[in-house]
Amino acid sequence: MSIAAPARTWAGRFPWEESAFWLLLAAGFWLWPKHLALASQVLIAGLFALSYDLILGYAGILSLGHAAYYGLGAYAAGLLATHRWGEPLSGLLAGACCAGLAGFLTSFLVVRGQDLTRLMVTSAIGLLLFELANRMANITGGVDGLSGMEMAPLLGAFRFDIYGRTAYGYCLIVTFVVFLGVRRMVHSPFGWSLRGMRDNPSRMLALGYPVQRRLIAVYTVSAAIAGVAGALLAQTTQFVSIDVFSFSRSADVMVMLIVGGAGVLYGGLVGAAVFTLAYHYLSALNPVYWQFWLGAFLIAIVLFGRGGVLGAFERISRYLRERRRAPAAQP
Amino acid sequence: MMPALRTSGLGKHFGGVRAVTGVSLALARGARHAVIGPNGAGKTTLINLLTGMLAPSEGDVYLDEDRVTGLRPDQRVKRGLARTFQINNLFPDLTVMQSMLLAACEQRGVAIDPWRPVSSCRDEMTAAHAILRLLHLDGAEDAVVRQLPYGDQRLVEIALALACKPRVLLLDEPAAGVPKAESQALFRAIAGLPEGVTVLFVEHDMDIVFRFAQRITVLVSGAILTEGAPEDIARDPTVKQVYLGSR
Amino acid sequence: MIASLLGVLFDGLAYGMLLFLISVGLSVTLGLMNFVNLAHGAFGMLGGYLGALAMARWNVPFLAALPLAFVMAALAGLLFERLLFRRFYRRSHLDQVLLTIGLTFMAIAAATFLFGPQQQALGLPEYLSGQFSVLGVDLNRYRMFLLAVGVVLTVALTLVVERTRFGAAVRAAVDNPRVAEALGIRVGLVFQIAFATGCGVAGLGGALGAEVLGLDPVFPLKYMVYFLLVVAVGGASTLKGPLYAALLLGVADVAGKYYIPQVGAFIIYAMMVVLLILRPQGLISRS
Repeated sequence: MSIAAPARTWAGRFPWEESAFWLLLAAGFWLWPKHLALASQVLIAGLFALSYDLILGYAGILSLGHAAYYGLGAYAAGLLATHRWGEPLSGLLAGACCAGLAGFLTSFLVVRGQDLTRLMVTSAIGLLLFELANRMANITGGVDGLSGMEMAPLLGAFRFDIYGRTAYGYCLIVTFVVFLGVRRMVHSPFGWSLRGMRDNPSRMLALGYPVQRRLIAVYTVSAAIAGVAGALLAQTTQFVSIDVFSFSRSADVMVMLIVGGAGVLYGGLVGAAVFTLAYHYLSALNPVYWQFWLGAFLIAIVLFGRGGVLGAFERISRYLRERRRAPAAQP
Repeated sequence: MMPALRTSGLGKHFGGVRAVTGVSLALARGARHAVIGPNGAGKTTLINLLTGMLAPSEGDVYLDEDRVTGLRPDQRVKRGLARTFQINNLFPDLTVMQSMLLAACEQRGVAIDPWRPVSSCRDEMTAAHAILRLLHLDGAEDAVVRQLPYGDQRLVEIALALACKPRVLLLDEPAAGVPKAESQALFRAIAGLPEGVTVLFVEHDMDIVFRFAQRITVLVSGAILTEGAPEDIARDPTVKQVYLGSR
Repeated sequence: MIASLLGVLFDGLAYGMLLFLISVGLSVTLGLMNFVNLAHGAFGMLGGYLGALAMARWNVPFLAALPLAFVMAALAGLLFERLLFRRFYRRSHLDQVLLTIGLTFMAIAAATFLFGPQQQALGLPEYLSGQFSVLGVDLNRYRMFLLAVGVVLTVALTLVVERTRFGAAVRAAVDNPRVAEALGIRVGLVFQIAFATGCGVAGLGGALGAEVLGLDPVFPLKYMVYFLLVVAVGGASTLKGPLYAALLLGVADVAGKYYIPQVGAFIIYAMMVVLLILRPQGLISRS
């Protein structure tokens, strides 16, 4: 009785590529010591993209407003820090809870519609929060952002230094832990059912799945993770402005995920790396050019590059495997 | 004896169109009951009303005398009502076993578990395997559904419904689209359905109807024309007129 | 009190009419081809900018700039449909969203590059600016013009859909494209014409709306939620649904901003929530 699954892994174990990936990241202290701050940003974006992958890649919910939860997490942690509560881990938890709660409350509107309705509702939620944050500029600091954030040392011992070492280690560990949890979930019956609900919701209903309730659950989890990413952002940069709620943020995370490959777990991280690094090195350009070429790139991906970077790797490795097999088949 | 499935005055209209009117059925436990009728008679609407995909305009549905009208489709499945679709509604990119596991995990309440890896769900795999063996599909376990012949896909439809451990099974035109060459397997499958399960099937294929049905209901323009044993229905002149036109 | 109420109602209806004109193409595209076109606002923007360009550079009078905007936007729509969009009718909504968001970004960047980030003014002719006194209420002339144009267009569209053979073909194609094709209706051509018309009307709306909505490069994104709202709430299978939704939205938005300026901008969000809870399938839908 075989349960071998084509093109998907069922395993709970770590194949060597994954271990190598994380070890590489851990070696960052030595590999890119001068760029730890940038690397932290990559990890944070990757975590945000991972949360987005859960709802888009796995559950098939089209959202254009995921930055709402990212922003809520950022402001929860940020506001705590400006009000003398600089302990990082509790700030992280606060971010997760705030964002998760908001995700839960808004999920009822999001899960019940079709694609267009979901796009509309999620954009509206993002815009709504942006507006709110803008109005309450006396609390949020408006476009200028929060000032006076002071972070206490992590675990009482590691101060957030100017080289970004503590920040990098912090981001790396948090991302890794969350990643492990999501990985577990994705390979579980619940994770599998998400894909079923994405591909054929009517069939799932006919199999007894309370589809809406499960989607509410995954949406809440996703929002909480986005909140963690936002909190990390606030804590490591010691700055939050209402831009975290902007539509660009939501659109950017969609691009990151698509570039890396949706529905394959590591796609968000890979895409976040590509996007963040590209933005960092090209940001000297006129922002109008950036937007134009980003749009063109997006169209190119959708026309030619389905599955993003990881999808391309998959196709290449399959092609190589086939090439290796073919000579043996010849008489 | 309590009927396994009962409807009383079930009806559905869309604006001015009366798709189903005043349908009252009662199926005994273990019955094999066919619903036949010309195209547009409302047969698929009836199935959608029974499963909860459509809300009725009037009337009620009872499962083992529990009123289930107003319950969502997934809630009715949990109470023992499963269905197949007239046009294959499967997961084309999954293997047969993977599809069955989706059904089995939810049936056994394991599908909300976000921690266990699926590869460790041995009990569910055993249960799925048993059903596949019953339908003679165990050789196709690892085949991707999209690549199966159409007849086998129809069997997977039935397998998925059986994986929900139903007490009442609704088959929506199980023979639809199945080429004659592959129909043997289908006959075997329907013959092999567990005896305790009540089966209501909607069909056009008279072979299947007269081979398996113990009772037949004839539906015309959304209302029941007549109901009875197969021999009586075969001889009934009004039924002939409906199918063949008046002479 | 009554005067201000009437004034608000009037303004809101004109605003709503504008939203309808720009959104109706999106509704048609979704209903006919199941194509989510988030770049729809870009066609509106195109019409607006072309109208402004025509008036400023080539001294085209306002009333001539409007049909020009319609034609150019329709042509652009036709071009994009043939070259790009028709490959996406069978693709997932996600792919369509990615495509059209990409196009929107390119459009915004191009507009910023060509025209700068500031708001464009179209420059209204004399006879359309100022007030018009009706029964003691001062009504803005331009808003009246908007309403009039909107009503005429809506009636025209409805007549086409309900009374002409083309309209019947459209309705058949919406209902069941395969059967329609089998009946000899060239569904692809129907889509093309409908899409182009939708874009043209949007372009016209963009030009008309420059004064009321403001025309700047971020127009497609700024108003995207509104367009989506109109179509999600109004449904994609009728003309009346989005019309009512747009008018309702317009009046609610204007009234909200006038009577409760503090929270006025949030009224539409509240409305969206309420409407979605009550009618998840839209205001007017076919069963």
